[in-house]
Amino acid sequence: MNCTWKTAVLVLFGSAVAMAVQAETLAVRNCTWCHGTGAQGYSPAPGLAGQRSEYIFNQLRAFNLHQRDNPFSKQYMWAAVAHLSPQSAHDLALYFAALPPHPANDGDRESAAIGQTIYQQGMPDDNIVACVVCHGPNAEGTGPIPRLGGLSYVYLKRRLEQWGQGYHLAAGPPMPDIAGRLSPGQVQALASYLSFINGR
Amino acid sequence: MRVTGRGSSGRAAGTRLLLLPAIIAAAFAGAARADDVQGKLGYCKDCHGVAAQGYRGYFPIPRLAGQQSEYLENQLRAFIEHRRTNNIMFNVAHTLKPSMVAALAADFQALNPPPIGGAPKERVAEGRRIFQDGVPDANIAACAACHGPDATGRGEIPRLAGQLYPYLIKELVNWGHERGQNPSRPDTSAIMSPVAHSLNKSQIEAVAAYVSYLK
Repeated sequence: MNCTWKTAVLVLFGSAVAMAVQAETLAVRNCTWCHGTGAQGYSPAPGLAGQRSEYIFNQLRAFNLHQRDNPFSKQYMWAAVAHLSPQSAHDLALYFAALPPHPANDGDRESAAIGQTIYQQGMPDDNIVACVVCHGPNAEGTGPIPRLGGLSYVYLKRRLEQWGQGYHLAAGPPMPDIAGRLSPGQVQALASYLSFINGR
Repeated sequence: MRVTGRGSSGRAAGTRLLLLPAIIAAAFAGAARADDVQGKLGYCKDCHGVAAQGYRGYFPIPRLAGQQSEYLENQLRAFIEHRRTNNIMFNVAHTLKPSMVAALAADFQALNPPPIGGAPKERVAEGRRIFQDGVPDANIAACAACHGPDATGRGEIPRLAGQLYPYLIKELVNWGHERGQNPSRPDTSAIMSPVAHSLNKSQIEAVAAYVSYLK
């Protein structure tokens, strides 16, 4: 019984790797034109390396269904994924999730300390929850909740601003409410802090 | 994650800091303002779910819906008094006035969304046996004796029905490290200590699976 289970895990793992390797084809090259050869991101395209596979897959589906509706998504990603099958989306998600991420380090070092406090402790008096509870101690994310650590300041700042501008509403609660109530200075501080986080 | 004033040298300063909210609260005693309560409820629900059904974040965030208000109020005090160690919830709890705590607890107890599920269903039958009958050979009392046959709890004894499976496991496994942590303030968590200690991991998973599906 135990032996069968181990075999099953080995087979599953093996096929996941095989699929990931297979994915390193034309589809991957099409992504890396904008997201960078190591998928570390290239403004305005976010880093994909080390992102949660479930999150990547959900975003690809959201582009396909025209639910992720911010201007750059409409301009670039809606067409890019229009002919992507669910299987290819799944393979690409596994491929990029397995790549090692490197932090963008492009935020403002001085405001990063404020960002750290908001991220780790929240602002109870202003009813802003601590990001760490869902996104994790190193902003590594889990399951459908994205990694934020090491993404670029430019991307993170724009993304946080967009919640308050009414984009990404299909993602549902609680992010539109939380991010929509952050001040410009708090957005800048959080995006700065997150851009420096190094770790898997 | 740092909480200031927690070192032994900072204890006196910490105590003064802890008294401050109590003094302010006493000055403004009376019902919390309705819009303040709504704002704070939204804040709680940002993590605990729009219907307080709980949420699987990086850490499992417990269901508060249908919870006994006395239990909720006692836990919020437990975070402040470091009987229950959790830096995030300490930060949340120590800004709340007693009137606000009462209003929040009453609102959560009145909610009744369906459980979010996700526990292994094949463990439910075994969990039901442990919950209703205990494990006599291991001197484990029936959970139903205190938590009630429907796991709805009573007073300071919490409702377990519909609670998140990973949260229940985390609490039972870590009971002695998370609850009753302030020796100068013993609390009701001591009642649960021997039970949590006696249950093995497999029994914990079974019981957690069973109660997580109860409505």
